[in-house]
Amino acid sequence: MSEPLVRIASQAISLPDPNVDTDIIFPARFLLKIDRDGMADCLFHDRRFDADGVLQEAFPFNRPDRQTAQFLVAGPGFGCGSSREQAVWALTDWGIRVVIAPDFGDIFSGNAAKNGLLLIRMDAGRTAALAAKAERGAIFSVDVPARRFTVDNEEVCRLDLSDAMAEAFIEGWEEIDVILNREREHIASFEAGHRSRQPWLFANE
Amino acid sequence: MNAPRTLYEKLWDSHVVRPMSDDTALLYVDRHLLHEVSTPQSFVALDKRGCGVHRPAANLAVPDHSVPTRHRDRPIADPQARAQAARLVENVERYGIPFIPLDDIRQGIVHVMGPEQGFTLPGMTLACGDSHTTTHGAFGTLAFGVGASECGIVMAAQALVQRKARTMAVRIEGSLPPGVGAKDVALAFIARVGVNGAVGHAIEYMGPVVRGFSMEARMTLCNMAIEAGARVALVAPDDVTFDWLKGRPMAPQGDLWEQAVSCWRSLPSDENAAFDREVTLDAGEIAPHVTWGTSPEDTIAIDQPVPDPAAVMDEQRRGRLQRALAYMDLEPGKPIEGTPVDMVFIGSCTNGRLVDLEAAADVVRGRRVAPHVQALVVPGSGLVKRAAEEKGLDRIFIEAGFEWREAGCSMCVAMNEDRLKPGQRCASTSNRNFEGRQGRGGRTHLLSPAMAAAAAITGTLTDIRKLEAMS
Ligand code: SF4
Repeated sequence: MSEPLVRIASQAISLPDPNVDTDIIFPARFLLKIDRDGMADCLFHDRRFDADGVLQEAFPFNRPDRQTAQFLVAGPGFGCGSSREQAVWALTDWGIRVVIAPDFGDIFSGNAAKNGLLLIRMDAGRTAALAAKAERGAIFSVDVPARRFTVDNEEVCRLDLSDAMAEAFIEGWEEIDVILNREREHIASFEAGHRSRQPWLFANE
Repeated sequence: MNAPRTLYEKLWDSHVVRPMSDDTALLYVDRHLLHEVSTPQSFVALDKRGCGVHRPAANLAVPDHSVPTRHRDRPIADPQARAQAARLVENVERYGIPFIPLDDIRQGIVHVMGPEQGFTLPGMTLACGDSHTTTHGAFGTLAFGVGASECGIVMAAQALVQRKARTMAVRIEGSLPPGVGAKDVALAFIARVGVNGAVGHAIEYMGPVVRGFSMEARMTLCNMAIEAGARVALVAPDDVTFDWLKGRPMAPQGDLWEQAVSCWRSLPSDENAAFDREVTLDAGEIAPHVTWGTSPEDTIAIDQPVPDPAAVMDEQRRGRLQRALAYMDLEPGKPIEGTPVDMVFIGSCTNGRLVDLEAAADVVRGRRVAPHVQALVVPGSGLVKRAAEEKGLDRIFIEAGFEWREAGCSMCVAMNEDRLKPGQRCASTSNRNFEGRQGRGGRTHLLSPAMAAAAAITGTLTDIRKLEAMS
C-alpha cells in the first residue's frame, strides 16, 4: 500500500530550475541501500548540504517554514535522467505528495503513479505564476475525489484523473496488486496465443 | 488493406494484452534484465505477496553497477556494495532466475551483456530497471527503462500498464565525415532537440547513415535517446541485425531461427507510415562533439567556443547555463578545445563495446598518455575484454599508460571506487554529464571513444581531426 491521497492542503516549495534530474533528487551513491528506509535523508542531499555537510540555508527544501510542505512547484523536465524509483520514494518520504511542473521525465512519471505521488502538468507561464504564489506562502490544496486543485481557495484546474487512477490514489492501491487481482487471466490467454505466434521466445523454457 | 504502421506501432500492437484507456494498455513484456541496484526493493514486494516469478526463464540477472573493476579475486571492499551484490544472488536463487555471477566471463553491463548473449531479440518487448534500456531498441526491440516497482510487476505478472508513445522519425541523411561517429550523431541530435525534446516519443532512427552503421554504432545511438527524453528508441532490423545475432547463445536455432527471421522481416515501418514528428540531420555537417555543461544538451562541436549565457533571453535558462558554467569552471566565449583534463574514462553501455575500444586504440597506438592524466579503459563485458585482448588492444592501452580494468559501469555512475574527486575534470565516453554523476564535484565532458583517446594523449580536450592530421 502506498499512503492514500484524498484531500490535502499545505504551503508549497518552489524549485524552478529546469531539468532537475533524478541524480540531483537522489545522488547515485545512496542507491547502495537495499531497503526503503531513510529515503528522505538522501533527498536533494548534495543541494541541501555542501561537501562538508553544512546545511545550505538558501536551498528551498531547507526553509524552516516549509518543512511540512506537501506540494512542490518545479521547472520543466523535472525527474529526467535515471530510472531510479528512489527519487520518488525520497520525495514522498520527505512528505511531498503533489508536484506541479510543465513536464516530467517519462520514467519518473510512471514511478510517481505507483507510489501515490500526484503529478500535475501545467504550461510554463502558469507554473511560474504558481511558483510566485508558493514563494508567498499560499495554501495549495487538492481534493482527489472532487478532482479539484486550488490555491488559496481559488480553483487552478481540474485534476485529469481517470476513475481507476483516482481510486488508486484514494485507496493507496499498488499497481502490482491491481494487475495480479484483475489481469491474470487476460495475461494467461494472451500468453498462449503469443507462444504459438512467436515460439522462439519460449524456446528455453 | 490495413493502414500503414510504424515499427513502434507493430511492436506495440503485437503485445497488447488489453487496452486500458485511449492511450494506455496492459502490455505483455517478453523479457526482463536485472541488476543489483534497481531490484532489491522489487524482490521485497514479491516476498511480501508470496506471488512468485511468473516465468523465471524470461529474466536474466547480472551484477554491474556497483561492482569493483579491480581485485575481482577479493570480496567487494565496500560493505554496502557487497551486501547489495549478495542480496541479488540470494534473490535470484530463491526465485530460480538465470544469473551471471561476477566471476563469469559473460558478466558485464546489462546493455552490453543482453545483446551479446542473444537475450535481446527483434520484435520483443524488454524491460530493465535502468533508463538506458533504450539501447536494445537497436535490434528493433521495444525496450524501455522502468522503476523498481515495475521490475516487480514484470517478474510477478509478465505485463505492465504503459502509455503509448507518439512517434518521432529521426533521419540521418548524407554521410559522416572522417573522425565522426555514432556518439557525435547522438550528441548532435540531443543538442538539436534538447533534453526534453523527445519526451513522450518513441524515436525511430533511419536513413542511409543508420543503415550503414554496425550494430554497435546503432546501440550507441539508441543508448543516448533517453538523454533527449525518449523512453524508447528503435532501428528497423535488417541483415546487419540478423548476421550479428545468429549463433548467439540465447538466440533461436535451426528452424526456429528461420521462422523468427521471417517474422522479423515484417517489422520495419511500412512505406507511407506516418510519424507524429520528423527530424532530419545532415550527417555531412556533424563535427566531433563534446559537452561543456551539466546536461547532455549542453553540447558543441569541438571547434566552437563555450557559449555565452548572456546571449540567452529566457531568464531561467540563462540561470541554468550560468550555474553549469560555474560548476564546470569554464569561461564563456573561450575555445573548449585545449581545456586540460585530469581523467579519461573509456567505457559504459554507450561506448564500452569492442568497436569502441578499437576506435580508441587506433588513436592511442604508439603514443603515450599525458603525464598528468589518469586514463581508464573499462570494457563493457568480460567477453568484450577477452575479444580485445585477443586483438592485442590491452597491450596498446597499457603500453600507452592506460589502466585496463574488469567489466562494469564503473566511472559512468561512480557507485564503486572509480570516481572523480571534487574539481577533477574528465573526458568520458559515458552518457551523462550531470552534476556529481562521476563523483561529487566532478566535471564531465562527454565525447566519443576516439576523442577520449585523443584527450588522454594530449591531456586536453582535442579535435581528433587535428590529431589524426598530425600523425
Ligand atoms: S554504464 Fe552507466 S548508463 Fe550504462 S547502465 Fe551502467 S550506470 Fe547506467
